[in-house]
Amino acid sequence: MTDTASIVAPRETGAPRPSRSGRKAGRRPGAPRRTGVAYIFLAPFLILFIVFVLAPAVFGLWISLTNWSPFRATQKFIGLQNYIDLFTPGSATSGDFWQSMAATGIFTLASVPFLLIIPLLIAVLLNQRIRAGSFFRGVFFAPYVLGVAVISVIWKYLLDTQSGIINHLLGVIGLPDNLPWTVDVPWVWVTLAGVTVWWTMGFNTVIILAGLKGISPDLYEAAALDGAGAWRQFISVTLPGLRQVMTFVITITILASANMFGQAFLITKGGPGNTTRTAIMYIADQGLSQNNLAAAAAMSYVLFAFLAIISIINFRRQRERAEKSAS
Amino acid sequence: MTTTAPEKTETPRTIRARRKQTPQAAARKTLLYAVLIVLALVVILPLAWILLTSFKTDGDAIRNPYSAFPNPFSTEAYTTLSSGQQPVFRWFLNSLAAAALQTVLILVTASMAAYALARLEFWGKRIVFGLIISTLLVPPVIFLIPNYLIVQNLGWLDTIWAITIPGAASAFGVFFLRQFFVGLPAEIEEAARIDGAGDFRIFLQIVLPLARPALATLAVLSFLANWNDFLWPVYVLLSPENLTLQPGLSQLQGAYSTHYAIVMAGAVIASVPVLILFFFAQKQIVESVATSGVKG
Repeated sequence: MTDTASIVAPRETGAPRPSRSGRKAGRRPGAPRRTGVAYIFLAPFLILFIVFVLAPAVFGLWISLTNWSPFRATQKFIGLQNYIDLFTPGSATSGDFWQSMAATGIFTLASVPFLLIIPLLIAVLLNQRIRAGSFFRGVFFAPYVLGVAVISVIWKYLLDTQSGIINHLLGVIGLPDNLPWTVDVPWVWVTLAGVTVWWTMGFNTVIILAGLKGISPDLYEAAALDGAGAWRQFISVTLPGLRQVMTFVITITILASANMFGQAFLITKGGPGNTTRTAIMYIADQGLSQNNLAAAAAMSYVLFAFLAIISIINFRRQRERAEKSAS
Repeated sequence: MTTTAPEKTETPRTIRARRKQTPQAAARKTLLYAVLIVLALVVILPLAWILLTSFKTDGDAIRNPYSAFPNPFSTEAYTTLSSGQQPVFRWFLNSLAAAALQTVLILVTASMAAYALARLEFWGKRIVFGLIISTLLVPPVIFLIPNYLIVQNLGWLDTIWAITIPGAASAFGVFFLRQFFVGLPAEIEEAARIDGAGDFRIFLQIVLPLARPALATLAVLSFLANWNDFLWPVYVLLSPENLTLQPGLSQLQGAYSTHYAIVMAGAVIASVPVLILFFFAQKQIVESVATSGVKG
């Protein structure tokens, strides 16, 4: 704001100026520091960010190290006791917590492969030279804009054992017409995974499709000249070309599946028994309904640790593979 | 969904073979469209079924759950909802107000912050940007318990503030807009600076107008996210008249468990606004999602 000349001048000389003392490799080597103005611009966001993102992240960690209870006037620091309890078989929460973690794990394993394979196939189909491509793309994406509550009440009705149309249609084609989709194992898992695939496949499709468009047609041309058929091209051109995009998709899909809440809350209500009660469901219930806040905060950090490890492994494997193919 | 499987075995043909319109290629095209149409029906038919069910009378829906067409065609479910115990249209207005308010908050705060991060040099820039980025992949469950306590202490439980203000701290929004601002040509801005324009004028009169497509995309994504949020409002909204549509649907399902026409009418009311929004902003929404993977 103050010295406009000094912003423009170095650019016009064309030569990069030697960096000023204390400045790190910035993006705009000519610009002077305007710390005051910058923080005025940042202030509204930073206030929200500090109060509702940074503070709660630290505050949550603190809660997990105390015996926090809404019925107690003062909280006592108890170190890692809440975490130790979670890892101690037979404690008040460990059995239910690990059951809920297992439920989250089962759901993730049951849903993620389909959320990768089906969108990949659809994306390959949409990447052909076809008419109405954007129409199909829009249709496949559409369920994603509906909320989890909407898709859950819809599918709970469609999959109802007695009056659901799905069982009726199965009966019409001669299959069993009384499958307990929403009330018994293993059908509840099929339902939760299937509904989630129906709901979010378009989202992954769209990302993968963008990745496909980024693969150079020359590579296919060259592979075809070498006599590679479509399947061979898919294996040796398409899949390697999608590596980075697929790593991203795998990571966000695992994270989304591991955060599953609404589908189980509304369709199966965590049942039968507590079979489909996911980690998020259990944490929310313990923390916000049962007033067991300290334990719930500890659980959320354990879940976070699991997810962080999975993400890191994922990205590391992708990097290793990329390095291997580069060398 | 399994219908995609045959396609795999049908594709071993070279690109050159496809260019000549051989009978094989024509058959392949037909199969391709057949698969796409079947998949599209898998998406469309359940939604159509719900829409039709919502126009059945309560008795019709219970007696004839397998007939597609309402007999008689009736808006009974919608009238029941508008006069019943569950204030669905109130929820609709609550959802609209919350989503609109949060969208505005995100646009204002994120665009300002993104401008500073993209266009200004300042002390602590790397730390601020690093902190914002590092929260992008933190699962929301981490904030659930502490933010509940924070909102409770602020006296915001069961108010619109609970479902708009905490979520307005959008690290994604800042990141997204910053990427866009960095890509804007610096020349126009520098010309304005020579003419004596300050940062606020440059931001309001040059950067924001240029960033209209990015702002529109962020607006649509923010609106959808708030409209569809479920876990948080289920726990922070308490009284029936303060609910939004998503937790409201959950209540509706409990109250009218087997009165399917009524529950489905609720689902339709919750879906129509976002489907209309999607219809008009399809290209923008789909493309912003698409590029997120390529960039990230």
